[in-house]
Amino acid sequence: MYDFAYHKPASVADAVKLLAADPDAKPISGGHTLLPALKHRLNKPSALVDLSGIAEMKGIRREGNSLIIGALTKHVEVAKSDVVKAAIPALAYMASHIGDNQVRNRGTIGGSVSNNDPAADYPAAVLGLGATIHTSKRKIAADDFFQGMFTTALEEGEILVAIEFPIPEKAGYAKLKNPASRYVMAGAFISKGPAGLRVAINGAGPCVFRQSDMEAALGRNWSADAVAGVKQSADGLNSDIHGSAEYRAHLVTVMAKRAVAAAG
Amino acid sequence: MPQVTLTVNGKTHTVEVEGRTLLVELLREKLRLTGTHVGCDTSQCGACVVHIDGNSVKSCTTLAVMADGASVTTIEGLAAADGTLHPMQEAFREYHALQCGFCTPGMVMSAVDLVAKNPQGLSEQEIREGLEGNLCRCTGYHNIVKAIAAAQDVMHGKRTSIAAAAE
Repeated sequence: MYDFAYHKPASVADAVKLLAADPDAKPISGGHTLLPALKHRLNKPSALVDLSGIAEMKGIRREGNSLIIGALTKHVEVAKSDVVKAAIPALAYMASHIGDNQVRNRGTIGGSVSNNDPAADYPAAVLGLGATIHTSKRKIAADDFFQGMFTTALEEGEILVAIEFPIPEKAGYAKLKNPASRYVMAGAFISKGPAGLRVAINGAGPCVFRQSDMEAALGRNWSADAVAGVKQSADGLNSDIHGSAEYRAHLVTVMAKRAVAAAG
Repeated sequence: MPQVTLTVNGKTHTVEVEGRTLLVELLREKLRLTGTHVGCDTSQCGACVVHIDGNSVKSCTTLAVMADGASVTTIEGLAAADGTLHPMQEAFREYHALQCGFCTPGMVMSAVDLVAKNPQGLSEQEIREGLEGNLCRCTGYHNIVKAIAAAQDVMHGKRTSIAAAAE
């Protein structure tokens, strides 16, 4: 790792100032993606701005028909939260299956979503529930947020502060994980609720995406059988030593069926 | 250089580190606590697991500066002052849950956290899932799982000693 300066601001405003003053500075929370990247010298920030001391980015609360989760909330906290389990059990289930216990003790929802790794879990929940991203300067709809591999609508120096999930009538998540890395090979987060009927696919492509054919099929008939008949095209899907694009395309339908079954 | 004050195994240390110093480097190189190992250095193998404020974490993927003010427990801090082993350590010995021993410190630290967080008791399957973040290339895990099952009975007060559980 190259060395860097270290700052630990106490407020979002101070963090934004630090990032604005130094375009080569980067924010860090749990560090479970950034630190491995720094070890590989894939990145050379002049400074890390540690967000973990910012109280306004913490906590889980229900407001009306929304669940609001602070960006610094660790995976283990989402997995064990009674508020999350009552409002969106599929989200607690997802969080309890990210990485391993030690990763869940450090990794945060805000870090996962702002990084937008194609094989991460949380982007599927954000898109599959039609959540709204609250940043240091605006609110962004999930449909506008994820823009490509490791790319989001966040601008330089803009910080993800919280995520607002509309509480669905039903939702389910299923994934096949790589047995070694535990990253998602293909996954599906499916929900029906105030944000409509949504099928978000992660792991399979370079960026999480909505499967509109499956959404249409579920609109006609909410059942695992309805998505079983929808074939995902392999065009543009990821292909690597762990699985071909064709294999991942097949998995998309299998995971979607399981997600609908889990949603009930 | 940043200064870090942290409590390790009950003793408070104030140390100067670089921003990039990893917690495992601080423990091994500055404090000479070499029981915590570096295996993969990519947050997958779990040989570097320690507890920060009671939660198991991979110290190869934690900056030392991020542990400022924290209470850290390493494998050296598990046994009692008189050398009496922690029930988890005793169980690993009793059940032959190690061969080369490289993964053992991390395995034990993960297991202690896993059992402590699940007072209702864990099934064999749950123990296996709970060890997802720790890799062992020798044992085939079987005796590790048996050791943890025995240790949880002692840690939860269902048995008085590992020897009694082994019989």
